[in-house]
Amino acid sequence: MDIHEYQAKELLSNFGVVVPQGALAYSPEQAAYRAREMGGERWVVKAQIHAGGRGKVGGVKVCSSDVEIQEATENMFGRKLVTHQTGPEGKGIYRVYVEAAVPIDREIYLGFVLDRTSQRVMIVASAEGGMEIEDISANRPDSIVRATVEPAVGLQEFQCREIAFKLGVEAGMVQQMVRTLQGCFRAFTELDATMVEINPLVITKDNRIMALDAKMTFDDNALFRHPQISELRDKSQEDPRESRAADRGLSYVGLDGNIGCIVNGAGLAMATMDTIMLAGGAPANFLDIGGGATPERVAKAFRLVLSDSKVEAILVNIFAGINRCDWVAEGVVQALREVEVNVPVIVRLAGTNVEEGQKILAQSGLPLIRATTLMEAAERVVGAWKSDLEQSTKVRAVK
Amino acid sequence: MSIYLDRDTKVLVQGITGKMARFHTKDMIAYGTNVVGGVVPGKAGETVEGVPVFNTMKEAVAATGAEATLVFVPPPFAADSIMEAADAAIRYCVCITDGIPAQDMIRVKRYMYRYPKERRMVLTGPNCAGTISPGKAMLGIMPGHIYLQGHAGIVGRSGTLGYEAAAQLKERGIGISTSVGIGGDPINGSSFRDILEQFESDPDTHVICMIGEIGGPQEAEAAEYIRDHVTKPVVAYVAGLTAPKGRTMGHAGAIISAFGESASEKVEILTAAGVTVAANPAVIGETIASVMQ
Repeated sequence: MDIHEYQAKELLSNFGVVVPQGALAYSPEQAAYRAREMGGERWVVKAQIHAGGRGKVGGVKVCSSDVEIQEATENMFGRKLVTHQTGPEGKGIYRVYVEAAVPIDREIYLGFVLDRTSQRVMIVASAEGGMEIEDISANRPDSIVRATVEPAVGLQEFQCREIAFKLGVEAGMVQQMVRTLQGCFRAFTELDATMVEINPLVITKDNRIMALDAKMTFDDNALFRHPQISELRDKSQEDPRESRAADRGLSYVGLDGNIGCIVNGAGLAMATMDTIMLAGGAPANFLDIGGGATPERVAKAFRLVLSDSKVEAILVNIFAGINRCDWVAEGVVQALREVEVNVPVIVRLAGTNVEEGQKILAQSGLPLIRATTLMEAAERVVGAWKSDLEQSTKVRAVK
Repeated sequence: MSIYLDRDTKVLVQGITGKMARFHTKDMIAYGTNVVGGVVPGKAGETVEGVPVFNTMKEAVAATGAEATLVFVPPPFAADSIMEAADAAIRYCVCITDGIPAQDMIRVKRYMYRYPKERRMVLTGPNCAGTISPGKAMLGIMPGHIYLQGHAGIVGRSGTLGYEAAAQLKERGIGISTSVGIGGDPINGSSFRDILEQFESDPDTHVICMIGEIGGPQEAEAAEYIRDHVTKPVVAYVAGLTAPKGRTMGHAGAIISAFGESASEKVEILTAAGVTVAANPAVIGETIASVMQ
């Protein structure tokens, strides 16, 4: 789960990481008021969206008066910001963060990630702050400093000092750097983060080390023990299809194609999408309905997939293991009688009791297209979608 | 021979009194698995499917001589159960539980390393379908009847995609020595490389099939190991060619976040290491058949 910059800053400052003074606003008037309240001469106004790269597309503005702040934020609120991380549809701006500008001397990149090779928390830092880490590793790979944390004892001071000296931090400020690194690490482990990124971490002209930006991602599997983090979820930043799926307990990722997929198991779901592409189509979604594939879940899945108006054909691919194909087939038939479906539906069942399952589908009287192998299913769904487009008359599978 | 699991392997089930655990315990016993007991704190004295329940793993191991365990414990308590198994000198542990926090798994891995290698428990999973040595025993939730006994070793991250491969092999009359699920989580007990090492030294395994997906470094590590150490033919399939970067595809670990983690990059790396890569999931069985000739 992602959170906003201002939320990450608030969390990190609780762990001793220094951040500039700032305040949140939900309207241009409020933004201007916040700046007056804060005082000072220069402020940075930042659109709060769940993506990086805001600065390049007008999501960050430096202002010198409350009038400027009002004008700058009037152009932000309600707008969709498209950055290299948002996808073409962009993310809506509904909150802005007003921050006191600080005099910057140096910019540092600092990241904490779950390193899957060492199976430990890894610190990644570079003296080339301000750039995206992808660009740093492409252009200045030798500037990257890495350290892994031994989980039994945690991050040690000497490791922090090593990182600070490698980054060229002045001796007099190393202790501030140690405090920042240990604060981030404690926030990472105590809050079950999977990523903490401060880019840039700055050294100011008056010798302070501060997080100018902050990004945190949390382990969805650990949210059960952090209700205060779960509350930070902002649905306005999610794909509405995915929000609906999450509320229904289904694992769904929206894509750009037009063939809806209903599959059990994450690996098989990805494999099904790949096969559709090989057959010349494009998947509209990833959807794993889980191993069980009960009639209720199948019906839920149909409703969810059909709520995407781009979907022009549906492929159901279920490998019945512990449950049986006849049972899954009953579920599909029941779902199609409950949910109005006016696009072609292809069903491929495999596994336990496959013959009985096929028989139930055949005898249902519903205009389903059946398939036995995965390739056949993909070819048929792409074929049905194409011929449906040509005829522009749609097969109806209703009541 | 087969790896990890044989007809005589004595098995415990942790969390055996839960509804799903009871169902699968019954199924495993019906398949021929030597289930000797279960562990649920506070439930000692009960029996499930005719086997006794114990309060702790140490008590269960002392009473039964069990050497393997299946963890069916809910996510908040699963890491603790795995460590309890490791401390009770269990040799092989399969964890089915999906949804264990990643930092709990970091702790589990660190804990297991406190034992010297020859006494260290082997863990496969979490978030997997389990391990089966067809015709002998199964430790997991898979449908046993789709696996024929034979000489292909299967290792994969996904449950149902593994079933798909097993069913395609059965259709061609090709049997399996052992099929191991390593699970879809980012921090897992055993990697592809660990299982490949076992298959390479198992005389009963003649060909190896590896089913990977997007995310993480383990397919690339396996490629390197295959290139340098595996003499048996290896077939691979990698799911997720159509998966977008930076999105989690169902499995917590199925996310492309670094170079070499996309499906097409993994296919390239495996091909370069001499692995025969199945172009699509529908031809996994066919590809294995072709390298066996």
